[in-house]
Amino acid sequence: MKHRALRLAAVGVAAVLTTFGVAVGNAVAKDKMVIAVPTFLTGGGAPAFGIPARNGTELIIQAINKGQVPAPYNTKGIAGAQVEAIIYDESGGGAKQVTEYRNKVQKLGVDMFAGFVSSGTCAAVTAVAEELKTLTLYSTCGTPRVFEELDKNPKYVFRTMSHATADGVSLAHYVASKYGSANGYTGINQNYAWGQDSWRDFDLAMKVLAPKIKGSTKGQWPKIFAGRYGAEISALLKSPEDLVHTSFWGGDLEAFIFQGLARGLFKKKQFLMSVAGTAAYRLGKKLPTGIVLGSRGPYGIYANQLIDTPMVKWFNNAYVNRYGTQPTQPSYQYAQAILGAKFAYEKAAAANGGKWPSTDQVIAALEGATFQGVATEVRMARSNGHQGVTDHAWGVASFDKELGLPVVSDVMHFKGDCIMPPDGMDSVTWLKGGMKGAKCD
Amino acid sequence: MSFDRTIIGVTIAVVLMACATFFIPDWVRQIGLLSMAIGSVALGLLVLWRTGLISFGHALFYGFSAYGVALLNHLGVRDAFVLVIVSAAASGLLAWGLGFLVRRYRAIFFALLTMAFSMILYGVLAKTERFGSTDGLNIHPPTFLGYAPVDQAAQITLFLFGLLVVYGLMLGVQIYLRSVLGQMTTAVRENEIRVEYLGYSVEHVIHIKYVISGLLAGFGGAIMALAVGQVDPESMAYWTASGEFVFVAILAGTGNVAAPFIGAVAFEIIRHFAWEHGANLWQLIMGGTLLAIIMFVPDGIWSVLQRLVRKKDGVK
Amino acid sequence: MVQLLFTILTDGLIYGSYLFIVAVGMTVIFGVQRVLNVTHGSFYAFGAYLAAYLGGIWYDHELPDFGGFVIIFLAAIVVGVFFGILIERGLLKHLYGKDEHIVVLATFAAFLALEGVGLFIWGTDPYFFYQPQAMLGFVEILGMTYDYYNLSLIVLALIISLAIWYFLSRTIWGRLLRAVIFDREISQAMGVNVTAVFLGTFILGTTLGALSGAAIAPTISVLPGIGVEVIVLAFAVVVIGGMGSIPGALIGSILVGVVRAAAVHEFPQAEMFVIYAIMAIVLVFRPEGLFAPPAVRKI
Repeated sequence: MKHRALRLAAVGVAAVLTTFGVAVGNAVAKDKMVIAVPTFLTGGGAPAFGIPARNGTELIIQAINKGQVPAPYNTKGIAGAQVEAIIYDESGGGAKQVTEYRNKVQKLGVDMFAGFVSSGTCAAVTAVAEELKTLTLYSTCGTPRVFEELDKNPKYVFRTMSHATADGVSLAHYVASKYGSANGYTGINQNYAWGQDSWRDFDLAMKVLAPKIKGSTKGQWPKIFAGRYGAEISALLKSPEDLVHTSFWGGDLEAFIFQGLARGLFKKKQFLMSVAGTAAYRLGKKLPTGIVLGSRGPYGIYANQLIDTPMVKWFNNAYVNRYGTQPTQPSYQYAQAILGAKFAYEKAAAANGGKWPSTDQVIAALEGATFQGVATEVRMARSNGHQGVTDHAWGVASFDKELGLPVVSDVMHFKGDCIMPPDGMDSVTWLKGGMKGAKCD
Repeated sequence: MSFDRTIIGVTIAVVLMACATFFIPDWVRQIGLLSMAIGSVALGLLVLWRTGLISFGHALFYGFSAYGVALLNHLGVRDAFVLVIVSAAASGLLAWGLGFLVRRYRAIFFALLTMAFSMILYGVLAKTERFGSTDGLNIHPPTFLGYAPVDQAAQITLFLFGLLVVYGLMLGVQIYLRSVLGQMTTAVRENEIRVEYLGYSVEHVIHIKYVISGLLAGFGGAIMALAVGQVDPESMAYWTASGEFVFVAILAGTGNVAAPFIGAVAFEIIRHFAWEHGANLWQLIMGGTLLAIIMFVPDGIWSVLQRLVRKKDGVK
Repeated sequence: MVQLLFTILTDGLIYGSYLFIVAVGMTVIFGVQRVLNVTHGSFYAFGAYLAAYLGGIWYDHELPDFGGFVIIFLAAIVVGVFFGILIERGLLKHLYGKDEHIVVLATFAAFLALEGVGLFIWGTDPYFFYQPQAMLGFVEILGMTYDYYNLSLIVLALIISLAIWYFLSRTIWGRLLRAVIFDREISQAMGVNVTAVFLGTFILGTTLGALSGAAIAPTISVLPGIGVEVIVLAFAVVVIGGMGSIPGALIGSILVGVVRAAAVHEFPQAEMFVIYAIMAIVLVFRPEGLFAPPAVRKI
């Protein structure tokens, strides 16, 4: 009888070990550079962020490998190495993503990461990135907590754009100068970290920049992916405030706009939509005229319409030719992070006598540096040179019938140093203390 | 004596695993750690399932304990033993409290009531800024009775620690199932009224099981929190997490206390490769696998292993 | 004050009708077959996708506006009949008589697989089908604007519940159905074709599920993952209403809708908890639901 138990145990252990053994066999051999690129490929984040991000990544990496990117990036590959991108799904929550991060490093042996849409994922993987000593460039995720709270002394983690506080502050600047006579503002934001943070930053910045415009305490907080906003729209229609702030994105934003249009909401209230850039082209003529539209920086519609550098022209043309639609903010941001990688590796290689640099050398090259993204210059000027500072732009959206595209007008540009907290200061303290040290001119 | 058989088998397997951990790649060890966590929850489900009850809300205890670890950790508690035991005990306590309510219910009502509670926890966690709202909290690497390993040693130590916990859980559950109270399980499933006539309180039996089950899920959540170093409401408390635990329990079968862990390893491996090889396909692969198991191997992997062994034994 | 109450009631009725429409298919199937059908989320999603897909083609060719409404019902029937037969004959048939938890899990598995299939067929880009909602316009009542499309959801919910009530209590098929619900074995012995009744009910349930998706599609952006969200809502309604009771589901939906609307207007922060809190309270005090059909305890 005991033999049976033994054998049972042995069969179990053998089954487990065999599977592991088979699995060990297919780890990737490292003869070129491999970048892991996480973004949403399934779920509600895919259409608004994941797919444009994936497209932007594929486009820029192919062009880098062929040497087709305009100057200063017109050499083939990254420091001579051909680049392979492993684009994988970012959905499933922070804990699952930490596991995926480990797998990509420990099993596939990737050289670095570039990407991440969700603040939640960034908050989750920051610690593991430092632990596994893997270079990680956050392209999009917004939460200022990354370097202010979770990783105050970062080494391997960088972010190649301004964090979300810049969105709220620049929007408040825009509102203060364009809607100074408004009687107040309320909000409708998704009830999760992004929505909560977006509202908090905008609200605090408004108290500093436009103290006469009073904020409502009865903003709406629907669950993310709720999809139905009837009661919320009634409450907004009834609210006395002229302005409505929302950080809705993707499907929720589109649903909200359809339901709001059917009830004349956007004619009665002036909307400030901080991430409407993600839905603008898809909505086309259904995009409500006159809303203040944000793209989390001079990306997407702002770059496509207003910037005519060779880089943006090339990117826009190549993207439209290949995917049949205009690039949006995640396309630009992901490409920006990859260009950051190219810049850092090549600068480090040059300092290393042309040889492939070590991770430490790449980090030294990127810390505090300034590089050219697709649409804007990125200055790694905060958090010991790990947090990027980029400019911002806001304007009012309408649909241009001749172009057949949505356009922005009344655009104001904001310098990164005006809308980001100064180095060494955390966002909330800075906002509450009256935003001292902001350089706006 | 057949009592010893499982314990001997489990002991040998645990010792083998403990030796193996020094030779396996990091990512394999990580799969092992996750399997221990998920397997502990599935073991908790097994305890309930033998009574004919399934909880669709075990993420409640799993998430509660995982957040317990994170919060204690933020208060400065670093020792893995303290973190895991206190958090799991807190989950057990929560199960004890809720047990007064849920013990009255059976079948699908039981399943749904537990789910409702877990969704309330999800709501609270996603809403509370102190808990990091949907971003969750991260956890500093634990120490082990004063020993503070770094890098690979940290993971190896955690793996050994996890094995120790899991071994203890399996022994405990095995002894419990063999006790009179434990054996009441099947009787309750078969005919409650007769059990009552025998002089036992069915509600009492179920309550105890619920507490044990919540405690086990608590251990699972605590191990997960330490293994991943991060807790968040979507991975820890959403109903889909509860669904995965039931998935593992079905995959494993109820035949043995070791089954949930084998099921968990299988589950983690399927998920690992599904995620890696088909970004758009992982749902299809997971769903397809589960369907195939339900249709063709309704008693789970354990029954297959058992049959393999019996075939060889058959001649005797 | 009057305006506030009126707004809360109207918002609540609209949301309640939405919940009822979304949950009624699951309720019907649970009531007859005792199957808590997670695949319901897929029927909702496929109904929405097919309607939005056909609607997109229809409006691209600038065909008459009212066609959108025909498409809603057409999509519901096509998806409902196809998936009804596929899931009932292909999957559930093999599981009748098994542990009910296993059946739930099987439908959970099928749901996951169908999510994957949906991504395969429709891709990740959203589909828009806003025209039916936009064309009906809006009306002002007591100083509050409401659009006719969302108001018409109240009418749709009423029509569905009346039709089901009529079918169950006034037709011979309905009586057969009730006999099967009451005692499957005796009905079978009496010559009722239980197989046909089950298949028929399931197709009805899937069609209602697909109809909910198709009817909601004009108000949302149809994209991956919309099915997951409605499953929990439908679960909650089934539990609150009483496990298969149609009037229970109707009243439970409206209760949730009104409480939720009150929360949105007065305590927006609490919106997220409303439905789960009601579900937990009902389960604690009336575990069989608000309007559970009487059950015979068999020994």
